[in-house]
Amino acid sequence: MTTVANSVGQKKGFGATLWDWLTTVDHKKIGILYLIGGGFFFVLGGIEAMLIRLQLLIPNNDFVSAGFFNELITMHGTTMIFLAAMPLLFGFMNAIVPLQIGARDVAFPFINSLGFWMFFFGGLFLNLSWFLDAAPDAGWTSYASLSIASTGHGIDFYAIGLQIAGAGTLMAGINFLVTIINMRAPGMTYMRMPLFTWTTFVASALILFAFPPLTIGIFFLTFDRMFGGNFFDHTMGGNTIIWEHIFWIFGHPEVYILILPAFGIFSEIFSVFSRKRLFGYSAMVFATVLIGFLGFMVWAHHMFTVGLGPTANAIFAVATMAIAVPTGVKIFNWLLTMWGGSIKITTPMLYALGFIPSFVMGGVTGVQQGAAPLDYQLHDSYFIVAHFHYVIVGGVVLAILAATHYWWPKMFGTMLSEKLGKITFWFFFIGFHMTFFLQHFLGLMGMPRRVWTYMDGQGWNLFNLISTIGAILMAIGVIVLIINIIVTTARNERVGNDPWEDGRTLEWAIPSPPPFYNFAQTPLVRGLDTYWIEKQEGHKGYTAAEPVTDIHMPNGSIIPFFMTLGLFIAGFGAMYRVDHSWGLGVLVFGLAFTFLTMAIRSVKDDLGYYVTKDQIRRMERGRD
Amino acid sequence: MMKGLKKWRLVTLLAALTIILSGCGEEYLSTLLPAGEVGQDQFNLLLLTTGIMILVMAVVFTIYFIALAKFRRKKLGDDHMPKDVEGSHKLEFIWTAIPILLVIIMAVPTVYYTYKLGDVSAMEATDEEGNPENLVVNVTAKLYWWEFEYPEHGIVTSQELVVPTGEKVYFNLISSDVKHSFWIPAVGGKLDTNVENVNKFYLTFDKESKDLEDGVFYGKCAELCGPSHALMDFKVKTLSPDEFDNWVAAMKETEGATASAESADAGEAAFGQSCIMCHAVSAVGTSGASAPNLATYGDRNRVAGFLEHDKQNTIDWIKDPQKYKPGNLMPAFDQLSDEDLDAIADYLLDLKVEE
Repeated sequence: MTTVANSVGQKKGFGATLWDWLTTVDHKKIGILYLIGGGFFFVLGGIEAMLIRLQLLIPNNDFVSAGFFNELITMHGTTMIFLAAMPLLFGFMNAIVPLQIGARDVAFPFINSLGFWMFFFGGLFLNLSWFLDAAPDAGWTSYASLSIASTGHGIDFYAIGLQIAGAGTLMAGINFLVTIINMRAPGMTYMRMPLFTWTTFVASALILFAFPPLTIGIFFLTFDRMFGGNFFDHTMGGNTIIWEHIFWIFGHPEVYILILPAFGIFSEIFSVFSRKRLFGYSAMVFATVLIGFLGFMVWAHHMFTVGLGPTANAIFAVATMAIAVPTGVKIFNWLLTMWGGSIKITTPMLYALGFIPSFVMGGVTGVQQGAAPLDYQLHDSYFIVAHFHYVIVGGVVLAILAATHYWWPKMFGTMLSEKLGKITFWFFFIGFHMTFFLQHFLGLMGMPRRVWTYMDGQGWNLFNLISTIGAILMAIGVIVLIINIIVTTARNERVGNDPWEDGRTLEWAIPSPPPFYNFAQTPLVRGLDTYWIEKQEGHKGYTAAEPVTDIHMPNGSIIPFFMTLGLFIAGFGAMYRVDHSWGLGVLVFGLAFTFLTMAIRSVKDDLGYYVTKDQIRRMERGRD
Repeated sequence: MMKGLKKWRLVTLLAALTIILSGCGEEYLSTLLPAGEVGQDQFNLLLLTTGIMILVMAVVFTIYFIALAKFRRKKLGDDHMPKDVEGSHKLEFIWTAIPILLVIIMAVPTVYYTYKLGDVSAMEATDEEGNPENLVVNVTAKLYWWEFEYPEHGIVTSQELVVPTGEKVYFNLISSDVKHSFWIPAVGGKLDTNVENVNKFYLTFDKESKDLEDGVFYGKCAELCGPSHALMDFKVKTLSPDEFDNWVAAMKETEGATASAESADAGEAAFGQSCIMCHAVSAVGTSGASAPNLATYGDRNRVAGFLEHDKQNTIDWIKDPQKYKPGNLMPAFDQLSDEDLDAIADYLLDLKVEE
């Protein structure tokens, strides 16, 4: 049983520390685990990107083979979306959202841990394909005719790896929904929630509706490849276009699942470093919800060239253009937040300032692609590659980097170097525009995407060369960030509750990092920007909504780890069943193992434990 | 000193010009230099949306830079406390209403062109004698090559699409293995070749290709289809209507052509021995071949769609096709003697219907 003592940071042996992290259900630690896992995959996806760009450095290059190149692009896309961007955002959601709403943990700490381990084992499963067989090679979209035709186990790794990771994501989404609905502190009405919490809430709702289609699509694919199904085999009455619909019914909301939390992060940053409340808060909330709704109604704009007919294309074209409106509302509200404020250019603010022009450019090319007849030219060309990197790198990745600097002190109690942070920003930002800006023109000049090489004499050489140089600059930026993290951790200069000094939301009212129970007393929320209000009134900390009482906390558990391990094992069984008779046994064993752990979880009473009043008082005093 | 400065200016100017010029791309490949009505419509839409979007960006960037210049804490002092503003209904209305207007401005031509370019109703039209009024080409995409059938004329060719200028050419598109996408960037946007259904659209070719650098427009596969996706190029020859009719007639004349293993011509004999089972040398026929029709091999612009069109590449390709297009379905013929290969290459390069 976890005791209070081992949570207050006494020295522990390696084994005990490892056990603590494997069994943790603390949202702050799970947040850190997500950052470590997501960060690892981000670097891996980055290395894949570098190999892609090196191959395209010059025409007729044979740095990598054609087959390997397709594995690289597939894994780069899949890794960056599913295993880097989303988990990194989950890391911040986990670490920060409960603090912003004044809660002591998420609604389902056990499921939170399970969600993390499913993401991690799913990602591991997918990446083991590099060593065990061949990596998937049908693109991150894995369109059915090609993914069914692909030989070897590559696509099987994709299907099962994403199935496991996707289930973890769905759990995380449901968990955040319930947490935000049920666990807000007294006074924290919906319209007082910080924007990052709001966007997490809407993104979680999108996960709830977008991931089940993915699950189904991947099950179809799994059945087709491993169990003799014919969902996508048109010679047997199947249909490959169905996969495209299913994939994009998931895939388009997925874009908003990524970008909305990024919007949330920037909303916080603009407001804090302009020392001004967010301009048009209610319009921002409304725009977020509207983008969430519209996000489900535009999936076929990824399919304008599939041949759906002019009526479908026209409807989806107009719906797509409509999304520009609420997105524009957001941009202008951020600008007006800065207007009349007191802008301090810290590293997070620098990222936010870099985000506006980058994202606007990604947004406008999105509208252009929404014009269906024009998209017949742009689709599947390098223009598209440029567009979605402007949105995802210029939006989501800049947000993740900004959040890393912004919330690092809250999560780890020490500030990342501002100087190195700014160096990272400039390398990354300049490299990013160098890499992707010219790709718009490459596309317009006729270069299709996903090409392993290109012939000389097509007018594409110079821009590809510049693009690769840009990618190297981005890589240098990331390396500087890693150095920054190592140096900062080694120095370990502790900071107080509100290290940016302009913190507005509740997370800045408590120590950095917060104690494991977050709030000694549940806070009372008296308005938007809760902590700012307290500071204006000269209060230190927050107003409590209750006297100091015993706090109920959940116990850690190793069960989520083993539950996922079972599915991980079963995945190998399902895959190798096709070639080896032992596969079936492994599949059954893995599933049985998971069910056994589920049974244990159901039967075993685990009522958690209490931190007593005295312990809390002692710990709170110790801090002062 | 002055001279150095001027030189520097000249270099900058030239560099900028190079980038702007190369920004347009190559005439035979770039969507920015449209050579047909469809491509022109799409290019006009690009100009319209780009114009509106530059306007939007100009507004955003102006506010952005002014805010950034005026409201820095460095200038205002560390203890400056800005006035909190909740928001403004008037402003929210303005920046909702104006974008809606802009979207409408873009949506109207978008919908118009979507229907215009999607209109294939004339495809089946026939004149009083029952002859089709428009040229229809059936395109079949296969693992890394393209087959073009002209059903009205009963001829078929591969790798090089030949079309007349100045009229709408209608296409039936399908794939016989995995999904590909049919794209001639300089002429008009792409349409996928699905595996389960025929897609139809039209393009118009306004410019004769003989004036182009290579004498052809470049066509591309735009959907990832396997390792050699990048190499699945085809070429497009656009001829004046008269020249096109001549070409069709010449194609029809190859009826019955075959390669006999007993031929006195060493190349034909070797071809008849090893190649004719898959590769036809008569252009008369229908689509559905397992390998590209070679009746016009000598007229082509490229070996396998992308290699320099010469004898050596022809020989190298026959010896080891996988080396050049990994994943293609042609087996290697490295058992053939050098003399045979040499003779086959000569024979192939002689297969022509054009003058």
